[in-house]
Amino acid sequence: MSLLEIKDLHATVGDREILKGISLTVDAGEVHAIMGPNGSGKSTLAQVLAGRELYAVTGGQVLYQGQDLLAMSPEDRARAGIFLAFQYPVEIPGVSNMYFLKAALNAIRKQQGMEELDAFDFLNMVREKMTLLDMDQALLNRPVNTGFSGGEKKRNEIFQMAVLEPKLAILDETDSGLDIDALKLVAHGVNALRGPERSMIVVTHYQRLLNYIVPDYVHVLAEGRIVKSGGKELALELEESGYAGLGIADEEEAVGKV
Amino acid sequence: MSESTQTIETFANQEYKWGFVTDIEADAIPRGLSEDVVRLISAKKHEPEWLLEWRLKAYRHWLTMKEPTWANVHYPPIDYQDIIYYSSPKAKKDGPKSLEEVDPELLKTYAKLGIPLKEQELLAGVAVDAVFDSVSVATTFKAKLNAMGIIFGSFSEAVQEHPDLVRQYLGSVVPTSDNFFAALNSAVFSDGSFCYVPKGVRCPMELSTYFRINAKDTGQFERTLIVADEGAYVSYLEGCTAPMRDTNQLHAAVVELVALDNAQIKYSTVQNWYPGDKEGKGGIYNFVTKRGACRGVNSKISWTQVETGSAITWKYPSCLLIGDNSVGEFYSVALTNNYQQADTGTKMIHIGKNTTSTIVSKGISAGHGQNTYRGGVKILKSAAGARNYSQCDSMLLGDKCGAHTFPYLEVKNTSSQVEHEASTSKIGEDQIFYCRQRGISTEDAVSMIVHGFCKEVFRELPMEFAVEAQKLLGVSLEGSVG
Ligand SMILES: Nc1ncnc2c1ncn2[C@@H]1O[C@H](COP(=O)(O)OP(=O)(O)OP(=O)(O)O)[C@@H](O)[C@H]1O
Ligand SMILES: [Mg+2]
Repeated sequence: MSLLEIKDLHATVGDREILKGISLTVDAGEVHAIMGPNGSGKSTLAQVLAGRELYAVTGGQVLYQGQDLLAMSPEDRARAGIFLAFQYPVEIPGVSNMYFLKAALNAIRKQQGMEELDAFDFLNMVREKMTLLDMDQALLNRPVNTGFSGGEKKRNEIFQMAVLEPKLAILDETDSGLDIDALKLVAHGVNALRGPERSMIVVTHYQRLLNYIVPDYVHVLAEGRIVKSGGKELALELEESGYAGLGIADEEEAVGKV
Repeated sequence: MSESTQTIETFANQEYKWGFVTDIEADAIPRGLSEDVVRLISAKKHEPEWLLEWRLKAYRHWLTMKEPTWANVHYPPIDYQDIIYYSSPKAKKDGPKSLEEVDPELLKTYAKLGIPLKEQELLAGVAVDAVFDSVSVATTFKAKLNAMGIIFGSFSEAVQEHPDLVRQYLGSVVPTSDNFFAALNSAVFSDGSFCYVPKGVRCPMELSTYFRINAKDTGQFERTLIVADEGAYVSYLEGCTAPMRDTNQLHAAVVELVALDNAQIKYSTVQNWYPGDKEGKGGIYNFVTKRGACRGVNSKISWTQVETGSAITWKYPSCLLIGDNSVGEFYSVALTNNYQQADTGTKMIHIGKNTTSTIVSKGISAGHGQNTYRGGVKILKSAAGARNYSQCDSMLLGDKCGAHTFPYLEVKNTSSQVEHEASTSKIGEDQIFYCRQRGISTEDAVSMIVHGFCKEVFRELPMEFAVEAQKLLGVSLEGSVG
């Protein structure tokens, strides 16, 4: 049984169809990269998998560990091991990063029948992950993402992933806005979490990230469909010839067609 | 509109937990208000002549006054002749002299409300004065406080036992003619709490009054007077609940605080009167006048309030900063859900030199709730070097509710500094989704976001009450999403 099976998934926002029949299978331990022009539906796919109600699923099926994922609430998906690193992490003023993460971890642990951690155990546990991502303690005591720089937000997402230890991590453009050192750090963090039990879907525009996080598969998404799949070489190919080389309309033309 | 926005707007009201009625025989006077009623109340309380005269003066003045209409609240006209102005649980003699004499039904009521009156259960160290309908029924820890010279108990008792103190300070901060509801209260107030902390004494425990409206169609008009003499300190907490009834009940209290040289009073309120049902039927009209006078140098008065109950709240705890270097503070969380309305805020009047005031107001509106902040900062010519900082933040849950801010500012000298910040935010669908994606349920997410929003105010509450207030806010918001 595959960890995740997406079959002919269609999704709309308002009257507009954004995902137009996506099929993708992710097995345990695999890393899949998804690339594609702006507006092609990458974030939409990520959000639909996480259960965002803004998008209506109008067709298709998604199985996660053999179960109907689309029937689950967003929190149940999270508790079952799905983690989304947001393209635009959200600010929550007044709620400390630590407090937030502890609440999240305990909600997940509770679901999995594990004991909840108290503040002390929690701190011990996160220390190690903080070193992994070179997170400043000050950042953890600050309100969730509030006033964080773009790069700090992205790093915070990966830090949360490291603490929550998901089975399926979906990283939506986590590399955008990172300087080269931060990029290496994040990639290092992600690689440290790779393992036979953890799968990842990595959305990115840049081959550069894939030099550090080497994917098993690369898919190209255009206008709501996967138009090409291949191995890691596909990303290099794209880097050289662009989407036009694949016969895919670039952003302006795509927009012009709508 | 997306499904999530709709969820935020869907209100399945959590039932009000304190809405039961205590079956107890009451000694009530007939409905309506007249000079005779004022005399009757005064007679029932065996009051001295001067107090009766004081009441009558207030009553006569009230007759000349008009109900205020400037507040941003809407309600049908109140028929003041249809209210019962005095109701007390029937007691064997004149009133309970000790806890043993308190009706067991009453004690059960307070136990249900989570306020054990029995002293052995009060090791936590909070002295409680409990007001049921119109009279104060029991005060705990009295002996211990007395030994330190602290007077704490019911207002009626203070009138009998410490008439000079009462006479000296009653109406000295809120005069009988101050406003419509204060005048009404002065005429008919039935009981309340009185506290005097003598020179140099730091009250070692939180003092607390618990107000409960039980009888039907009664108004509750209590009067609280707290005096901190030179160098004294006291922290005082007020809590309130009422049964669920489908008619509106009027609560028009007056609270007066006096702080002399170097004295400090911290007054915290957790107001949870019955807010009415989800269609807006019933609930308490909470029209309250609260004011503190920092009379002495370096004195300080802090108001902290968490307002979650009442159909309508109309209150502006204020400070008169008379003594040089005196400090006034106002920290407020006001939550309106369903059809609740709140028009609340503060007034800081700077009179003395180098006086400072801080205002932090957090308004949360959900459902069809309407929340208004109304604040006034007045710096007189005499208040050289005065400073004020105000911060008013509003949070909206859903888009049928409203938040309004009316800051008034008057500065009469050039050496003063005034700073004002305001913000309005919405609990975003994106914030809730972000939390849910991390495994946190919608309800927990909303309560977490709201607590984050109110943090600066909760931090001002005494520890044990901060926990209470958080729980209360959680309950008041329960069902407000998802
Ligand atoms: N909430 C929404 N309302 C309206 N349109 C939306 C919404 N969300 C997405 N879309 C539209 O759907 C299309 C796909 O958006 P999506 O964010 O999935 O693209 P993307 O592939 O992640 O792009 P990028 O590379 O720029 O992040 C875009 O045209 C976008 O405008
Ligand atoms: Mg995107």
